[in-house]
Amino acid sequence: MNVLDYTAVGLGKAIAKGETTAVEAMQAVLAQIEKTEQEYHCYVTIDAEAALARAKAADEAIAAGTLTGPLAGVPVAIKDNLCTKGTLTTCSSKILENFIPTYSSEAVVQLEKAGAVMIGKTNMDEFAMGSTTETSAYGVTKNPRNPEHVPGGSSGGSAAAVAANECFFALGSDTGGSIRQPASYCGVVGMKPTYGTVSRYGLIAYGSSLDQIGPLCKDVTDCATIMEIISSYDKKDSTSIERKDTDFTSALVDDVKGLKIGIPRDYFREGLEPEVKEAVLNAAKQLEAKGAIVEEFDLSLVEYAIPTYYTIAAAEASSNLERFDGVKYGYRAKEFEGLHDMYKKTRSEGFGPEVKRRIMLGSFVLSSGYYDAYYLKALRVKALIKKAFDEAFAKYDIILGPVAPTTAPKLGASLSDPIKMYLSDIYTISLNLAGLPGLSVPVGTDNAGLPIGVQLIGDCFEEKKLIRAGYALEQAQKGQVE
Amino acid sequence: MAKQYETVIGLEVHVELATKTKIFCGCSTAFGGAPNTHTCPVCTGMPGSLPVLNKQVVEYAAAVGLATNCTITQNCKFDRKNYFYPDNAQNYQISQLYLPICRDGHVDITLEDGTVKPIRIHEIHMEEDAGKLVHDDWEDVSLVDYNRSGVPLIEIVSEPDMRSAEEVIAYLDKLRLIVQYLGVSDCKLQEGSMRADVNLSVREVGATEFGTRTETKNLNSFSAISRCIENEIARQIDLLEAGEQVVQETRRWDDNKEYSYAMRSKEDAQDYRYFPDPDLVPIHISDEWLERIRSAQPEFKTEKMARYKEEFGLPEYDINIITDSKKLADLFEATTAICNQPKKVSNWIMGEVMRLLKEKEMDAADISFSPENLAKLIQLVEDGAINNSVAKEVFAKVFDEDIDPDKYIEENGLKQVNDEGALKATVEKVIADNPQSVADYKGGKKQAIGFLVGQTMKAMQGKANPGMVNKLLQELLSE
Repeated sequence: MNVLDYTAVGLGKAIAKGETTAVEAMQAVLAQIEKTEQEYHCYVTIDAEAALARAKAADEAIAAGTLTGPLAGVPVAIKDNLCTKGTLTTCSSKILENFIPTYSSEAVVQLEKAGAVMIGKTNMDEFAMGSTTETSAYGVTKNPRNPEHVPGGSSGGSAAAVAANECFFALGSDTGGSIRQPASYCGVVGMKPTYGTVSRYGLIAYGSSLDQIGPLCKDVTDCATIMEIISSYDKKDSTSIERKDTDFTSALVDDVKGLKIGIPRDYFREGLEPEVKEAVLNAAKQLEAKGAIVEEFDLSLVEYAIPTYYTIAAAEASSNLERFDGVKYGYRAKEFEGLHDMYKKTRSEGFGPEVKRRIMLGSFVLSSGYYDAYYLKALRVKALIKKAFDEAFAKYDIILGPVAPTTAPKLGASLSDPIKMYLSDIYTISLNLAGLPGLSVPVGTDNAGLPIGVQLIGDCFEEKKLIRAGYALEQAQKGQVE
Repeated sequence: MAKQYETVIGLEVHVELATKTKIFCGCSTAFGGAPNTHTCPVCTGMPGSLPVLNKQVVEYAAAVGLATNCTITQNCKFDRKNYFYPDNAQNYQISQLYLPICRDGHVDITLEDGTVKPIRIHEIHMEEDAGKLVHDDWEDVSLVDYNRSGVPLIEIVSEPDMRSAEEVIAYLDKLRLIVQYLGVSDCKLQEGSMRADVNLSVREVGATEFGTRTETKNLNSFSAISRCIENEIARQIDLLEAGEQVVQETRRWDDNKEYSYAMRSKEDAQDYRYFPDPDLVPIHISDEWLERIRSAQPEFKTEKMARYKEEFGLPEYDINIITDSKKLADLFEATTAICNQPKKVSNWIMGEVMRLLKEKEMDAADISFSPENLAKLIQLVEDGAINNSVAKEVFAKVFDEDIDPDKYIEENGLKQVNDEGALKATVEKVIADNPQSVADYKGGKKQAIGFLVGQTMKAMQGKANPGMVNKLLQELLSE
């Protein structure tokens, strides 16, 4: 079998058995990158030599018996907003064009401890602001399923790298759908964990109260396995939660009997493409056929999620991005007169238009006289949205719906109309506002062959229910294909 | 008749807390150090770094709140104050606006005429200090040192209850003592560990509305604060007398030139876009935690003064000076506990300790000798092992190097000579060598004996028992 066809867990097993090695896997990935990267542009930074050296070190540790575990020796791609010690970390922004961190983010440290081997850093929307990976300062990433289309975003590079076999799995970050939506567009599995499950230390913040790191991978088994590794209580992150229930792989069973699934009617109204609707409802039927109880209900407040999200995320971003000022690291304007001018030119030249738009929006909603009317009101709506979910989860184990209203749009079709782009986040962002976990699983394609994903939403700390349902769905899909 | 004016003053006092590590990371708070050596990704604002609250800061802030009769906000949180400046690594300062840890307190100040006046405290909040910018005019560059970045501060905001420089100084002195007694800060104005901003306005006596106020910054000594207040009162009255308006603005005091200048007016006031810091979780101070902080409150100056009077019968003047510094009060109590001679201990502190502090331009907080060695010295004098002048000499060594007096007098042969035989031989020699003085004495110039005592002490390197020398001389000369 071609080594690239392995899932991450499959490759880990083959390496452990001595059927292949970390170096062989890395060579295969690098050869694939050589072949397809020119077209897809999944990565911002690849250091092949360092990646091979790391793979060699992993093989030695595996041979010595000091490195065990399911992902030992498996090549991984890291989204470029996760700090990696000694490796360029740009957030796909010009303002961090030369930033080499002195420390690695906690999620990367956990992966390294487990023996996963970093290939490089994946492209993304600048500072994770965007839904298409077109706002990157380093060029657009194309969807490997159809290169005329976007891979989604902001973790588009990570999703595309998985879809293109340019890695075995990847890490992304999700502030409003940035893992689930590109996973859906590229036909891979992606999970946003419960807020506080994966340490944010070393993740370059966009919206601190919404950001979570999560996996993009080939199947649900990989997802559960990666989740076990990156979930960790971290004293360096005050919002990190100590959990004792992170044995996610225990939920990899094809059994959804009695599982109560709610279908929010509000998610199936205008704007949703019929083909997406059909594929998602078909997934619900497959679960029902396996014994799940499926019911429609009204979630309410869905239309308020977008304004609430863009108020809170932009407010936090406007403050989080203040540190990029040309003083300490990163890009500094070449010519300026005095401090104020240096700030102005550095930030004007260093940030792209979407980032500037959100900084301005965020600064506005926090400014004196508008704070109560916008920011504070958004926090109150956020609390109401959480309450609506609480009520739903009193009745259902899982909420099932689409990830995005459409399949991947064509390249260049989204940026001209930012409001339209923001609206496409409607099904994903409320989870970030409520801190809930969400899983995107591929459930088919549209007529043009573009992938469609279903979104499984759980209550806080209920990732295992999502993994169980996702796994059952995956088994059902396999049955359909065969 | 000329108009009569009244001054209205409120203070914002920043106190640097004496925690070992910074407020949001594990870096040292030690003063000094080569630039950017007490730093990490958190306090230099590196991307992806996150703050983690040092709980000691909460305890110190709450302790100050309790000591100043504040209500403690048991559910409080941190907010970000956004502004761009290179000494501020993240370009926002983590502070408290919406729910400060302490509110609605007061301290009582005692004025020179004995009146007691309460000064209300609006709030106390926790925040982080900024780094330090160094401007190198020679090279035309600015450098930044983040060693101070993230050092914990509390800001104590008073109500506009003070009416004169005297009241301001009394209030600051009261705060300084409270903070020092709690041990939460060393309160050194010169090192910037206590800083005050003065909000001041004047109005006609009898007016009910406040006048337009100014805020003056960069005040780093009590005397600078007094000078600045007098200067600002005069400036504002002059403006009003000339029919002009006081402009609401921030001013900066230059203590060398003894005047202030405008930094920015209200129109240029920045919008700090405060909002709750999403990287930090709200702080819950449980009843139990608060009780622990409350029960750890020390005995403050007022209670100490009453106790010293009752327990030790010391003069009020001495008590006031000793209790004016936690260090002196601690020294007094510890030394007394060892030698059980409160009056002698007090005399040493009031005499030699104060003299040496003044001579060496030191703060009482910098005293480094141990109470054990002072107690030993007192005992040596008491036992007649050394005389007073030797004791003062030995004490100077204790003060500087904390030497063991027993060992020191042994090693340097400073023990007092009480042996009558040895003394007599010397006295006889002095009499024989100084016939003129002896003749003077015998001729009725009784003060001549002083010279002979001095010569005897000198001959015995100061170790002679002066009482015995005097007695022997008198005896021998009257023979």
